[in-house]
Amino acid sequence: MRKIIWLIGTVALGLTFPQGPLAAKNSGLIFVSNEKGNSITVLDSNLDKVLRTIATCGRPRDMEWSADRRFIYVACADDNRIGIIDVAKFETVDAIRYIEEPEAFEIDQAERFLYVSNEEDAALSVVDMKSREVVAMVELGEEPEGVMISRDGSTVYVTAEASNMVHVIDVKSREVVADILVGTRPRRLAAPPDEREIWVSAELSGRVDVIDAKSFQVIDEIPFLPRGFRKEQVTPVDLLITRDGVAAYVALGRANHVAVVDVKSRKVEDYILVGSRAWGLTLNRDESKLYVANGLSDDITIIDTAKRKVIKSVPVGLVPYGILIDD
Amino acid sequence: MALCLCGSLATADHVAAQTSNVQARELVIGYLSITGDPRHAEKRTYANIVLQPATNPFDGARTALKEGRILGRSLKLKFRLEQAEGKDQAALLENLDRLNREAGVRFFLVDAPGAVVAGLAQSTRGRDLLLINVSALDDELRGAGCQTHLLHTMPSRAMLADALAQYLVARNWRRVMLLQGPLAEDEAVANAFRKTARKFGIKIVQRRNFIASNDPRQREQNNILLLTSGPAHDAVFVADATREFARTIAYQTAEPRLVIGDAGLGAAAWHWAWERHGAPQLNQRFDRLAKRPMTNADWAAWIAVRAIIEAAARSATTDFATLVDYLKSPSLVLDGYKGTPANFRPWNGQLRQPLLLATHNAVLTRAPLEGFLHPTSYLDTLGADRAESSCGK
Repeated sequence: MRKIIWLIGTVALGLTFPQGPLAAKNSGLIFVSNEKGNSITVLDSNLDKVLRTIATCGRPRDMEWSADRRFIYVACADDNRIGIIDVAKFETVDAIRYIEEPEAFEIDQAERFLYVSNEEDAALSVVDMKSREVVAMVELGEEPEGVMISRDGSTVYVTAEASNMVHVIDVKSREVVADILVGTRPRRLAAPPDEREIWVSAELSGRVDVIDAKSFQVIDEIPFLPRGFRKEQVTPVDLLITRDGVAAYVALGRANHVAVVDVKSRKVEDYILVGSRAWGLTLNRDESKLYVANGLSDDITIIDTAKRKVIKSVPVGLVPYGILIDD
Repeated sequence: MALCLCGSLATADHVAAQTSNVQARELVIGYLSITGDPRHAEKRTYANIVLQPATNPFDGARTALKEGRILGRSLKLKFRLEQAEGKDQAALLENLDRLNREAGVRFFLVDAPGAVVAGLAQSTRGRDLLLINVSALDDELRGAGCQTHLLHTMPSRAMLADALAQYLVARNWRRVMLLQGPLAEDEAVANAFRKTARKFGIKIVQRRNFIASNDPRQREQNNILLLTSGPAHDAVFVADATREFARTIAYQTAEPRLVIGDAGLGAAAWHWAWERHGAPQLNQRFDRLAKRPMTNADWAAWIAVRAIIEAAARSATTDFATLVDYLKSPSLVLDGYKGTPANFRPWNGQLRQPLLLATHNAVLTRAPLEGFLHPTSYLDTLGADRAESSCGK
């Protein structure tokens, strides 16, 4: 299975891919990592069509841009490395090796350190981007997953899926300053622009917990229940908050919906039907479109955020996980 | 409401003040098992072929304990396991009393055959103890033999049979030939399947006993061709605890038919090949600790310890009554790595949980299957539902 390259699109559309400027910064290209396809599907954001497929290392999951957007870093869980893809060449050109089963990671703004959750050792690994070596490990609860760096770069938040905690890590001292008990199986983190609150999805509790970023207390719980579903079928994973801090989008996993939440009132305003087991979420730059990775229907759903309506769904590779947009 | 565990939190101080000494900040969980329990011994067949390596569900408990260390660090609470073996029920009771007396242990995982679990639960009635059965499948334990201080994380035979039956119904393979071995365990499994067949509208076209022998005078019972000839059927269900005869049936049947039960497709609490809902991580953690794949009883012991640790973390106390209330609460959300949250049925103490339908090396699907409906919880389509339960009746 590992060697299979998913060719939907490139073959079907018979496109000859334009070289040069299009593949540079602000190309409008969309990159979708396919966990089981060992590949990244490239789509055009104007047409929302598949252009080509890039072979990656094994089980690609979370992806991040380099600051200049020339490279994509992609966590390859099965190959214990973070692959580096040259966006202009559509190729893996390099890798940061010896990172055990990376899933989610973040890179600080100065691109000095990469913070990656390390499931094998139940730790947060700190990778020096220059030397490409793990320079520190912070011991955490079992199955660390979601990683978020505060905007001022002083704090890293990490969820521990199997310990039901959010760990707060001081960047300077690289020490855990707080462990916050949250709902069952916490997955991902998001914060409004003022960062007074930290939102965390609790997959098995079917809700998002809101943490006060000063007191580190859980101050609210936002449960989700689209019509016709039972509590245990709602498994929220990815979530994000718009730049203006007004709306939050939460992918509800097996409930096959994305929830739209008013951040201020914490009220669920809408549920939008998407594909099967929706996990990864990404907004385009002007936030007019929301892209949803549907892990069990091998497609992505594109939502018009103003109308809160699905524009269309596009087949990608096997088990899509994360989405990046170059715009 | 979730709780912050950071630093000197009011609740934590309150708890510390309540408990008079430092020792009370340690939560000790007992693990009682039978010395040389044949159920966990290596199963070998003729010519020393290993059918099943030796297991010890205590490894599951150890895995959960290890996972709880960071939670313990945050709670300033230490979790510990105390294992005690004995040759029979009396010895187990002795160990239980000793651990209770010497270390104040009140939570016990019991890894013993059904009759021993039943006896132990009977003789500890009315005491402030909680027993969790991690390996006995007996429906009787969840039925007439139930006790308020006895929980079960291991699924019952009825649950396993229901899961398999749902699969047959979903495929519309409703005619089954039932082959049964000579052991009491085979009889119990066959009976459980017969019950579930009635419940789900599956027809058992014939029930036949087999013997693993070469005696030509017994060919009606040892010749697979003869055993599987007869009334038309879609699948052959085999009840064979030894797995010795069962493994030779597929491809040797009179008609090209599926083999299910103790060979081919079966229902399980856990499987090493389960790849969803975070399962690879759990399998990996277990494997690293035990150096072997995780089995049903390993999983049951693992989630029993997880449940106790979870209760302690959520209620920020070691107070026995509070923890038991938490464990038995319908709002308990236990992550069993099978997707749907697990918690205990109030009517018989059984952990409601999804089950896996698996072959020897692949998990095909998860039960309850789509379309099997229930007014309150789909998970209650597996095993004795409230109305069916004979517990307390």
